[in-house]
Amino acid sequence: MQTAKLKRTSLYVSGASPVNMIQAAFYNEDCLVYDLEDSVPNSEKDAARLIVYNTVRYHRPAGKYVIIRVNGIYSEYIDEDLEAAVRANPDAIRIPKVEYKEEVTRICQRITDIETAAGMEVGKIEVWCNIESYLGLINAYDIATADPRVVALALGAEDFTASMKSHRTKEGLEIFYARNALLTACRHAGVEAIDAVFSDINDVEGLKEDTALTRNLGFDGKTCVHPRQIDIVNSFFTPSQKEIKYALRVLQAVEEGKKQKKGAVTLDGSMIDKPMELRAGTTLAQAEAAGINVEEELL
Amino acid sequence: MINAVGRELPEKIGNYIVKPYAGPKETIQAEHTVCSRRKPSKRTALGTKLLPDLKAAIKATGLADGMTISFHHSFREGDQIIVQVLSAIKELGIRGLRFAPSAVVNIKNPSIVDFVKDGTINRIQASGIRGELGDAVVDGLELAEPVILRPHGARPHAIETGDLSIDVAFIGASAADEFGNCTGQIGQNACGSLGYSFVDAICAENVVVITDNLVDYPCVPISISQMYVDYVVKVEQIGDSAKIGAGAARKTKNPRDLLIAQRAADVMAASRLFKDGYSFQTGAGAISIACTDFLAEHTEKAGIQASYALGGMTANIVEMHKKGLVRALLCSQSFDAVAARAIVDNPNIIEIDNSMYANMFNKSCALNKLNFGVLGALEIDVDFNINILTGSNGEMMSGLGGGPDVADGADISIVTLPIVRGRIPSVVNKVFTCCTPGSSVAVVVTEAGIALNPKHKSYDMLKEDPKKAGIKTVSIEDLLKIAYSLTGVPKPIETTDKITCIVEYRDGTVIDVIRQIKRD
Amino acid sequence: MEIKQTAMVGTLESSDIQISISPNPGKGLDIQLQSVVKAQFGDSIVATIKEVLESFGIKDAIVEAVDRGALEWIIRARTQAVCCYATGTKFDWKGEDK
Repeated sequence: MQTAKLKRTSLYVSGASPVNMIQAAFYNEDCLVYDLEDSVPNSEKDAARLIVYNTVRYHRPAGKYVIIRVNGIYSEYIDEDLEAAVRANPDAIRIPKVEYKEEVTRICQRITDIETAAGMEVGKIEVWCNIESYLGLINAYDIATADPRVVALALGAEDFTASMKSHRTKEGLEIFYARNALLTACRHAGVEAIDAVFSDINDVEGLKEDTALTRNLGFDGKTCVHPRQIDIVNSFFTPSQKEIKYALRVLQAVEEGKKQKKGAVTLDGSMIDKPMELRAGTTLAQAEAAGINVEEELL
Repeated sequence: MINAVGRELPEKIGNYIVKPYAGPKETIQAEHTVCSRRKPSKRTALGTKLLPDLKAAIKATGLADGMTISFHHSFREGDQIIVQVLSAIKELGIRGLRFAPSAVVNIKNPSIVDFVKDGTINRIQASGIRGELGDAVVDGLELAEPVILRPHGARPHAIETGDLSIDVAFIGASAADEFGNCTGQIGQNACGSLGYSFVDAICAENVVVITDNLVDYPCVPISISQMYVDYVVKVEQIGDSAKIGAGAARKTKNPRDLLIAQRAADVMAASRLFKDGYSFQTGAGAISIACTDFLAEHTEKAGIQASYALGGMTANIVEMHKKGLVRALLCSQSFDAVAARAIVDNPNIIEIDNSMYANMFNKSCALNKLNFGVLGALEIDVDFNINILTGSNGEMMSGLGGGPDVADGADISIVTLPIVRGRIPSVVNKVFTCCTPGSSVAVVVTEAGIALNPKHKSYDMLKEDPKKAGIKTVSIEDLLKIAYSLTGVPKPIETTDKITCIVEYRDGTVIDVIRQIKRD
Repeated sequence: MEIKQTAMVGTLESSDIQISISPNPGKGLDIQLQSVVKAQFGDSIVATIKEVLESFGIKDAIVEAVDRGALEWIIRARTQAVCCYATGTKFDWKGEDK
């Protein structure tokens, strides 16, 4: 049966901290983001780049969607970051503070150039764009559709609220519009939407409320700032029995349609399109990740 | 010869006749009569037991060259009694003693090593010799016999069979009266339970109580009764109260340790044994303390109450009791000041004899009724054997404590440890020192996965319960692979033929020996 | 390649290694290692450091390493970084292309 790569939780780990990098592989996050940007002081950029490169290229943790976050598009580090990050061959490269589609096109072209030069399969590395300003948000749909490599947009609330001159609160009303706008762009572009972090690591109840909103709005996942947040966030992405049953029926109908070489497949009178099929796959992967025996649900 | 955990042992080590560990026993047939050297006495007829100083007490006991002295380790690193007694003995010119505390605490200036080097002590038996002494011993410190290391449950047995026959027991107490009634529960330097000392008081030929807090007769509560006590000495200071226990132990914020603790608690909560009236022992390591908190959450959520917690107590187990999540605490040791002082005020927190806690040769011991036991370890191997003594350079990292007893006694014993510490793998091919046989270890919990022991007596329920709760497990071989893929395969530690320590199991057999480490 | 300047990378935190490298003209490689895992991994750590120095063509250098239990590839990355700094060069990313 088809399973999707989950993106419920993304954990950032600093390329400047070997001990945290090693430990990060053992938490339950779906996506592990090795960071070269904000968490690495300027004096450590070269050393961190080499540590991340050696880790991802030669000692990649099993069972994780591995991401490298490079430095800013206009920073002095971006060229070398890309040389290293592409050759390390992660699942994705995460680009901070994206505002225009041209930026994405340019970075993606560079990735292609390096893949070609290094004799790697071209086009395999995916791209996540961090949306961290009002400009990025306005252009979100264009960014999401700028290149086939782009598979996800992630909201960065701290920088976004700064660009808006708004004040960050626990309840998050100031980013409510941004969350909806980003989601709308992602859904229309057919890419995944990743919600902003909840930054108070000691406030478990606050995290739960915030994550309930993340899930109810429709996000596919959330970025985590601390390992202790991971299990809590993951638990909000556990599908109900009803959702699992429906997903199984969708995929069965698709299977059946393929066998009978049907072009269009319907279930309960409505047509199953590609996004529906993908969504069903994600639901089952979420169920399995939560320890639910999906095959048993069929009975 | 080779024992049941595959360790190569000589038949005899000096005068010590090796009884090799032969595997788990269903029932223990104890054939000996309990030995005690206690004599009826007329101390009170002399008017008083109270002597002016330690030297007077040592002389009164008739302590002579080659005899055996004992202490408890309940004051931990804050202990100032051992150093005062040994200094007085040294000044009296008594030499060649056998030093048999419940555990050796790491005291400095002078250290135990200094008393070995000057000839005051020439033999040592304890549950652990962590610190300077341990490191010196594995590097070949000159002693008349190898050190004998016994888990908590084995020490009372060795005393009661006469294998460890005590001439003078020195018992530190934070309060005592002039007739020797004493306790560790009150006073400036309260350490809590004196559970380790009960057997010494009952079986030694001479018992000296040492306190810095002489109270009016009768001392209340009475932990050790006057009927066992020969002499009482008041000294200036028995310990450093800051080091004996400065409040509750700090709770870890290390996300790795919290993850391991959480998973261990999840394994317990998933078990069919986790129901009203269940029992547990968690312990005092960082992971153990965190595990207690997660277990409390599970207990509260399930709306049940544990019947008892056993062994060493911590502030958060006391908190569980106060919340009604556990009915009674059977306390053989108090790990922090909160736990030390909680016994007096709470009738359901009971100070128990270490022998009642863990001695398998008793008419029964509390451990053998235990459902869940959580243990720490330095290393575990593919046969689930545990090393809790020696580190990656062969150095003495810790003591046996009650670990081997808990693993054997509990229905489900859970070893918690990180998969690697720095570059040191915790899951290995073969542990350097085997302290606890793998057959008694049910579950290993690491941040990299949970492994069940297919050879454990509880495996039938173990393989079902976690699965039902959606807890994933891996094999111990998988964990080994993960550990070595991170660290590489370590070079074996090289040793000479000289045996420095004999490691006894709770049944008095030899489970392993520690040979002298070869240094460049 | 020649050592142009003394350089140091890494920290003394657990699972890291601090490596400093300085010129040693005409006198070969002098690697001094302090490690918490020397008994079990000392040889392997020195071998890793040597291998990286050789890949940079460094023949003369004094290397002082204080290891806090770093894993092999962390040692490799730290040594690569310190070699870049000491020789005043950038890492040759193309060097490892197939």
